[in-house]
Amino acid sequence: MSDATIHTPNPNAPHPMEAARLTGDATAADIESIRKRTSVYVYEAPVRLWHWINAAAILVLVVTGYFIGSPPPSMQIGEAYQQFVFGYIRFAHFAAAQILTVGFFFRLYWAFVGNHHSKQMFYLPIFNRRWWSEVFFELRWYMFLEKEPKKYVGHNPLAQTAMFFFITLGLTFMMATGWALYAEGAGKGSLPDLAMGWLLGLVGNSQKLHTLHHLGMWAIVIFMIVHIYAAIREDIMSRQSIVSTMISGHRTFKDDRVE
Amino acid sequence: MSEIETFYDVMRRQGITRRSFMKYCSLTAAALGLGPAYVPKIAEAMETKPRTPVIWIHGLECTCCSESFIRSAHPLAKDVVLSMISLDYDDTLMAAAGHQAEAALMDTIEKYKGNYILAVEGNPPLNEDGMYCIVGGKPFVEQLKMAAENAKAIISWGACASYGCVQAASPNPTRATPVHKVILDKPIIKVPGCPPIAEVMTGVITYMLTFDRMPELDRQGRPQMFYSQRIHDKCYRRPHFDAGQFVEHWDDENARKGYCLYKMGCKGPTTYNACSTIMWNDGTSFPIKSGHGCIGCSEEGFWDQGGFYNRLTSINQFGIEENADKVGMVAAGVVAGGVAVHAAVSALKRAQKKSQDKVED
Repeated sequence: MSDATIHTPNPNAPHPMEAARLTGDATAADIESIRKRTSVYVYEAPVRLWHWINAAAILVLVVTGYFIGSPPPSMQIGEAYQQFVFGYIRFAHFAAAQILTVGFFFRLYWAFVGNHHSKQMFYLPIFNRRWWSEVFFELRWYMFLEKEPKKYVGHNPLAQTAMFFFITLGLTFMMATGWALYAEGAGKGSLPDLAMGWLLGLVGNSQKLHTLHHLGMWAIVIFMIVHIYAAIREDIMSRQSIVSTMISGHRTFKDDRVE
Repeated sequence: MSEIETFYDVMRRQGITRRSFMKYCSLTAAALGLGPAYVPKIAEAMETKPRTPVIWIHGLECTCCSESFIRSAHPLAKDVVLSMISLDYDDTLMAAAGHQAEAALMDTIEKYKGNYILAVEGNPPLNEDGMYCIVGGKPFVEQLKMAAENAKAIISWGACASYGCVQAASPNPTRATPVHKVILDKPIIKVPGCPPIAEVMTGVITYMLTFDRMPELDRQGRPQMFYSQRIHDKCYRRPHFDAGQFVEHWDDENARKGYCLYKMGCKGPTTYNACSTIMWNDGTSFPIKSGHGCIGCSEEGFWDQGGFYNRLTSINQFGIEENADKVGMVAAGVVAGGVAVHAAVSALKRAQKKSQDKVED
């Protein structure tokens, strides 16, 4: 690592944050911003709001979804017409799912109208060899084989990969299968049926769809564990802020080195 | 086709009075979900239209469809439809046997070319050139293809013809194949179930004979009028499901009280059939009513969805008797353990680096 900083004009310094610029993560404006303020406005308010609403919805969906698959012990509060325990569990699941769906479509819309970083989650530059080497660099960092991680403004290449598979594709899979299952109860000709009923016809026995949806839940649980751990760990060990960034939207850096 | 008698003629010959005939028309209209205005229409169609012959062939099956069919609750439906069918060809029910029976089949096909309905019970096994099911000295698949060639439409009776049923369950050694994967160029109505409900079977045939067209089918090719809702949607124990009151063991108090069988592996929530409304044996009962969960017999591959008594399907790729929860919990546990170890190593590394930095300072 050179001792050059990116704060002072330094024509001999290498291109700053080369790896981060590869994925469109660090734009010229970002670097200019770092030169001045050492913080970049990464996550706009709608993205932050979506993140936390989405997180809350997922939490509700996982807990209620687990109970739908493995119901809690029978409760005898009153006669069947006086209690609606399982009904409320299912209601919470469906309500959270509808919020998650609306949120996801909003987030997709925001990728078009929001800032540069809002697009990062929705694509992977898989045909770029340098990007792959940066994925492996980040993997090596997690395997304790690199002394120091690189600086990133938005997601690092490994995080970008995780977001893409678990959130972009993962939530799409959960919404598709979930709405198909919901269509069973909503009935033929209902909006969920018109939108996703074709999946029921494709799968045949919807018991299979239940199992796939259930396995999807566990994939999201695993993502949650890794995501929260990585966010806290990076907040402590990386060279930039992580956790507070999803609250304030600002990424701050702990050093002023170029890469 | 004037020499072919009408349904009404057949019924009268069977000794059925006009009053009973009108009752039958009303009941059929009700069963098909039609209004009272349709009763005279059904009566007129049955009085004037020449009956459509039905050929009923049997592949790899257990004859439970036929057994169900001849127990059709309304005796009229049985008498009428059965007598009409046995007039033509059904190797299980017809009087003829051997060469006589095969000749009857050929006669019917020849006589009613392009006009008869082919009802298939069971399915053709395709392995070893179809040698696992021989009818009249030839593989059943050949008889099926021959009979299908001149059929107006095909009815796939039961889970065997519709989806393959137990003989097609993994690993399917005879490669038993449902009818719609062998006959690709004919309209096929699936009437799944193991067996299908008798009234559903007679209802489908009556609809087709009366209106001379296919009933409205769903995405999987099942008649909408009987297969558009799940057992669960019309289950009389549904209030207990919504209340969260479940049978926990077969012999517990909840079982005696008739609570929901969801936890006992009832497949009602994923099974499309009319059991919870039409019921069985003249509307006497159906599995859930007698305290046993639905096994989902009218669903595709119902033998391969794990135990009949487990809510969650077992996933055998991960070892015998695993389900989504067990697989998921193990995976999440391994990841959580990995994360804990990783966090510990990270902390150590960090402490090590700090002390190194101090030494360097």
